[in-house]
Amino acid sequence: MDSISKPLLQVEDLRTRFHIPEGTVYAVNGISFVINEGETLAVVGESGCGKSVTMLSIMGLIPIPPGEIVSGKAIFRDKDLIHISEKEFEQLRGEALAMIFQDPMTSLNPVLTIGRQITETLRTHLSVSQEEAEKIAVELLERVGIPEASSRLGAYPHQFSGGMRQRVMIAMALSCNPSLLIADEPTTALDVTIQAQIVELVLKLREQFHMTIIWITHDLGVVAGLADRVIVMYAGFIVEEALVDDLYGNPRHPYTLALLGALPRVDRRRDRRLNSIPGAPPNLLVEPHSCPFAPRCTHVIERCWVENPPLKAIAPNHKTACWVELNDTSIGTS
Amino acid sequence: MNEAQPLVIIENLKKYFPISSGLVFQKKAGSVRAVDGISFSIAKGETLGLVGESGCGKTTAGRTILNLYPPTAGKITIDDQEINTENKPDLKEFRRKTAMIFQDPYASLNPRWTVSAIVSEPLRVHKLFKNEKERTERVNHLLNLVGLSSRLINRFPHEFSGGQRQRIGVARALASDPLFIVCDEPISALDVSIQAQVVNLLEDLQDQFGLTYLFIAHDLSMVRHICDRVAVMYLGVIVELAERNELYENPLHPYTQALLSAVPIPDPKRDRERRRIILSGDVPSPINPPSGCRFHPRCSVAFERCKVDIPEWLEEAPGHWVACHLYTNP
Repeated sequence: MDSISKPLLQVEDLRTRFHIPEGTVYAVNGISFVINEGETLAVVGESGCGKSVTMLSIMGLIPIPPGEIVSGKAIFRDKDLIHISEKEFEQLRGEALAMIFQDPMTSLNPVLTIGRQITETLRTHLSVSQEEAEKIAVELLERVGIPEASSRLGAYPHQFSGGMRQRVMIAMALSCNPSLLIADEPTTALDVTIQAQIVELVLKLREQFHMTIIWITHDLGVVAGLADRVIVMYAGFIVEEALVDDLYGNPRHPYTLALLGALPRVDRRRDRRLNSIPGAPPNLLVEPHSCPFAPRCTHVIERCWVENPPLKAIAPNHKTACWVELNDTSIGTS
Repeated sequence: MNEAQPLVIIENLKKYFPISSGLVFQKKAGSVRAVDGISFSIAKGETLGLVGESGCGKTTAGRTILNLYPPTAGKITIDDQEINTENKPDLKEFRRKTAMIFQDPYASLNPRWTVSAIVSEPLRVHKLFKNEKERTERVNHLLNLVGLSSRLINRFPHEFSGGQRQRIGVARALASDPLFIVCDEPISALDVSIQAQVVNLLEDLQDQFGLTYLFIAHDLSMVRHICDRVAVMYLGVIVELAERNELYENPLHPYTQALLSAVPIPDPKRDRERRRIILSGDVPSPINPPSGCRFHPRCSVAFERCKVDIPEWLEEAPGHWVACHLYTNP
């Protein structure tokens, strides 16, 4: 990432809640971040941390009700995505913004052929004939590594394996050459060997299309080789934000530190028990007023229980939300 | 490691699932050869890892070993009790000595049963308590063992988080004092911070009770952490088996090499330096597996012989077994 890069998407103070019979779910609690053009940003966190809800809010895909975007802006090319009309959004989605999801089986329509689903996107956004659209579809499928693409346009999603389906999803997402691709756990349902194929493919396509990517995942392993910058989320807050090397080499938030310590390494001999993080993530039905990680934190101090630490810069390109200044950030793996 | 008689001995175990065609007059159209002749042994107190991609037959292997699926061929010996296709002696005694921890803590617990009913079911089946008081005591003890409060015994599964449910599953598995537990992807449905809790719990219980585990997983980093020895499975057969550090530092089979190189490392510098072997394509169908070595269509170093001959199971180094023509004599 160079210093002259300009922001493509700017999210400010985004708050998303869900009103359910049990009460209000505080899913995203005022998060702000920027993604620069050409950058790959990873958003990491466990289930329920708000990473997907954040992206769905930006993409205008939160069902309202029960969802509610209480506040926030998401500035993309001078437009605020939170406040534009559905019609304007339809135009942006697909053309400028695209999203791929975790489960390629449920995100493809099982009763329509692959060809039909790709050409539909193409014909919605580009004024092309069915024949031209099919030609582009074949090119796209070849680009994402589907063998004998032209003969597979008539195939249905169930005739593809999980990895192949994800390739189809990627082909559809790329069909209108979007400037921002949001990938929501795209490899979680796949085997490691297939995951490696998909990561390789995305890296290749990133070069070719000069794409900006937001990659959402719970897997700290997969983003290490992929991202320029990483955001760590916990209970609807950003707790740490850093360049990829800094995040892994010098984690500053106790949660990041604990997560890294909980991961065994395939390239190292076992030298200790895993650091387990006691307890479980907080109940999101309670409005947070203190540090959400305090009950599980080993560095907790008095102040953590009364005031939620803001996300603040501790070094250039490195932000963390913690009252405690960590001195020893080794995770015991040396 | 294997000086004493191993607790678990698996010999040439096979499990085929028939495929039938036709609605009324069903005829056999073929079979899915999910497990096609695997052999290994596990010493008492040892953890053997069984890894491979989805569809390689590792879950079927685990279930067949516990006789949840009757084997098509082969022999299973656990604690000197032998089970093969002809002789099925006392399955109930066999089941008391074995247990299983399932992958999905949401699907594997009966939603209409209380924790107490779930955990005490094995006790009831095997008549391991004399009266109600003893049963409650035993359930309380089991819950405490897995780190749950005994106040929770009248709750239902939906009141628990994923990690807590998996603890209930572990408590249930321990109820009949088993010797051998098959852990079928016990942590893959859990979040990272909770995974470590469950793994540490499984290790503590192993130390405390001298349990023997077959740990089925696709997370190769976790397998290296928790297992003593690791077997790599591909399309129904074991292609390599070795002590963990030997396997991870000196993998012999091209499939193991590719599998290990695909595992992401949570360290950007290391990850960038690494040479990846990207396998092309997917695992072929186990209905009609490739001839010769089953891995040959995806193998980058395959030669003529690999398409024809099935590679022998050879001990390349002490305790390091591999089935690959790169290591067989011409």
